[in-house]
Amino acid sequence: MEKMPKWADVVLIPLISLVLAAGLSALVILAIGEDPIAAVKLMVDGALGSSYGWGYTLYYATNFMFTGLAVAVAAHAGLFNIGGEGQAMLGGLGVAMICLFIPWPHWTLALLFATLGAGLFGAAWAAIPAYLQAKRGSHIVITTIMFNFIAAAVLNYVLVNVLKPANSMDPASARFSDTVHLPSLHELLAPLGIAFSKSAPANVSLLVAVAACFGVWLRIWRSALGFEIRAFGKSEPGARYAGISPVKITMIAMMISGALAGMMAINNVMGEVERLVLNATEGAGFIGIAVALMGRNHPFGVFVAAILFGFLYQGGAELALWTKIPRELIVVIQALVILFTGALDNMVRIPLEKIFLALRKEAN
Amino acid sequence: MTAPAIELKGISKSFGPVQANKDISISVAPGTIHGIIGENGAGKSTLMSILYGFYKADKGEVWINGSKTEIPDSQAAIAAGIGMVFQHFKLVENFTVLENIVLGAEEGGLLMPSLTKARKILKELAAEYELNVDPDKRIDEIGVGMQQRVEILKALYRQADILILDEPTGVLTPAEADQLFRILDRLRAEGKTIILITHKLREIMEPTDTVSVMRRGEMTATVKTAETSPEHLAELMVGRKVLLQVDKLPANPGKPVLEIENLRVMDEAGVERVKGIDLTVRAGEILGIAGVAGNGQSELLEVLGGMRIGEGTIRLNGSDLPLRGAGSDARARRASHVAHVPEDRQREGLLMDFHAWENTAFGYHHAPEYQQGLLMDNAAIRADTEAKMQKFDVRPPDPWLAAKNFSGGNQQKIVVAREIERNPDLLLIGQPTRGVDIGAIEFIHKQIVDLRDQGKAILLVSVELEEILSLADRVAVMFDGVIMGERDVNQTDEKELGLLMAGVAGEAA
Repeated sequence: MEKMPKWADVVLIPLISLVLAAGLSALVILAIGEDPIAAVKLMVDGALGSSYGWGYTLYYATNFMFTGLAVAVAAHAGLFNIGGEGQAMLGGLGVAMICLFIPWPHWTLALLFATLGAGLFGAAWAAIPAYLQAKRGSHIVITTIMFNFIAAAVLNYVLVNVLKPANSMDPASARFSDTVHLPSLHELLAPLGIAFSKSAPANVSLLVAVAACFGVWLRIWRSALGFEIRAFGKSEPGARYAGISPVKITMIAMMISGALAGMMAINNVMGEVERLVLNATEGAGFIGIAVALMGRNHPFGVFVAAILFGFLYQGGAELALWTKIPRELIVVIQALVILFTGALDNMVRIPLEKIFLALRKEAN
Repeated sequence: MTAPAIELKGISKSFGPVQANKDISISVAPGTIHGIIGENGAGKSTLMSILYGFYKADKGEVWINGSKTEIPDSQAAIAAGIGMVFQHFKLVENFTVLENIVLGAEEGGLLMPSLTKARKILKELAAEYELNVDPDKRIDEIGVGMQQRVEILKALYRQADILILDEPTGVLTPAEADQLFRILDRLRAEGKTIILITHKLREIMEPTDTVSVMRRGEMTATVKTAETSPEHLAELMVGRKVLLQVDKLPANPGKPVLEIENLRVMDEAGVERVKGIDLTVRAGEILGIAGVAGNGQSELLEVLGGMRIGEGTIRLNGSDLPLRGAGSDARARRASHVAHVPEDRQREGLLMDFHAWENTAFGYHHAPEYQQGLLMDNAAIRADTEAKMQKFDVRPPDPWLAAKNFSGGNQQKIVVAREIERNPDLLLIGQPTRGVDIGAIEFIHKQIVDLRDQGKAILLVSVELEEILSLADRVAVMFDGVIMGERDVNQTDEKELGLLMAGVAGEAA
């Protein structure tokens, strides 16, 4: 018998967790002598009150959708991919090379190949830890963390020694040409008669991210390969019994995961900055872990959680800009949300299960 | 008349909506052996856990030797003179017998005095109860039967007057079980009270004075062993008449389907578990592999099922099956019409968190009838699941229920339905009725016999000798990775097979 209805599991628990996190955050804001209600108002206004705010919220959300999906796919195979950050950096390198070295006639073609390139680079970067796990038993958590550092070092080297234009002091690549410029939401929505802020970075990659959510859903929940990934993630002896190769599934799941993380680069590198800079990923790879946790590793959950974290990011930036609440405290608030929705899941779940059991007993 | 050694009065215990014990009362006279029998999930273990202080009863009282006793934890149980021998021994493998006996009962800060004292007491106990073990042997150096003695000694060392044994014969050969029963006799003669929990009918008949039967959390009857029969107890356990013997016609063996020659298998640690065996299974016969658990039967089954690699030759209908590399995995085995009901359905045969319909496709998820273009045809799988559930009487017949929410018997029916309905040439089946209720055992056995009668070959591995004797046509006994002997079931008996299981070679058949 299920301990509680499914809706309670997927809706009620995250909601209660969020309320708890918000309550604790309010206390923290109170403690430093600011007004929590004003702060919330400012966050909502700043992140959702204007198309400019929405533009940033959705821009961040796009990043988080890709990295959240990446963590979710690996998690279904029972693998904890903490390497989204590094895979996204390598994805950025792939995007930069495709945009810099090939003269694209139109942005659509460029986007298609940049997506492939980003995915390929991300997948390749994830394939090494996957191989070490599958063949050598090196723990994927350790190796993917290490590969984040290696990726940062590789990017550093490439930017300083290879991609940096000769006359520049800045460790960044040259600007991409105008033909690979991705239309922003402003440009996409204008023909439809919808006014959208010109200066917000949200762009067409958002649609790619939404398509990726749908694609992952089909892959994981409807295909035979997805069945194998989920089966392997639940029980390795079971997988061997069913003739599912652990090596093959570890490799494939991690490469899909890495590809998704890498694809984030079409948003931040190609869509926003339009050149490759140092630290372009801004920690989105790690936020993906929280997004996947909160989204219960389901593509739809990841979609919703990504928008929530986009809101937190943009709202937090507004708070830092307009109040005396220091930047570090914003991170504390974001961390509280991650803590409550992810790590402290059972704190809400167990009492709630008891309540539902008691209710059912009474009903009987 | 003396007060009962143990008296339980109106014990009730629920876990959430499940009532594991419902108003249970028993009374056990001192110096007797009292059996508690019931199917898996009948509530035997819960009852004993309450007596040993692992769970707290919702309602009811425990009386020990005529006085009401609270048992909040196992320390209190030991203080009240209760000792427990668990089904899975709780021994430290790399400690000696002596160290294990003292463990948890050390006195003072230094170990030596306790050990010296224990050695002395152990000698006395050995003399008193004929419980001989070498105190300086490490646990991993002695056999399972000896390990069980150590568990009993542990309880006696703690001055237990009441011993509870939970499924004590599960890991023993018939000879070792007989030995255990002799020890229990001796303990009874010395005035100890013993509670024996089991789901095996035969074992309850031999040593006990009285038997209580549990069904679905309730105590349905308490009878004198001398005044009952296995058939009667089975009826009390299940609540209806059951067939204890499998009803089957003589086998009609055809051509060899599976031929095994000089098969060798290593485990992960590099230890050879199957040491060059030869076997043949013919169409239309059931070959049973008997043996005490851990003598290589599991590895044999896993190699045949494509779950591990091996060396040697196996032929199916005359053509070689690869034992390593490409084409040796479980998917390839299924493609060559080998179906496999694994020994451990919860770990291997089922995905416990997945829906029943997903489990019906498990292992056959590439089957063409389950595909629809690039995606899986979930509707078709669900329809197929419903049909199989109907045919195998799986309850409840709900394809959306997660596997873990079915009872053991219904879980096994889901696995057996999935494998048998593929109409395989060879069925590998391990422990088909482990943790399965008697009603479902009857059903599953009938399905296996039906498959045999359709001219299919069946390799049955079971540690339940009774099951092998009633189901198989021929039996091969495995001991330490080799076949000790093959017999026709009609021309052998438990005694002969028991000797083979213990590694004593008989005369060639």
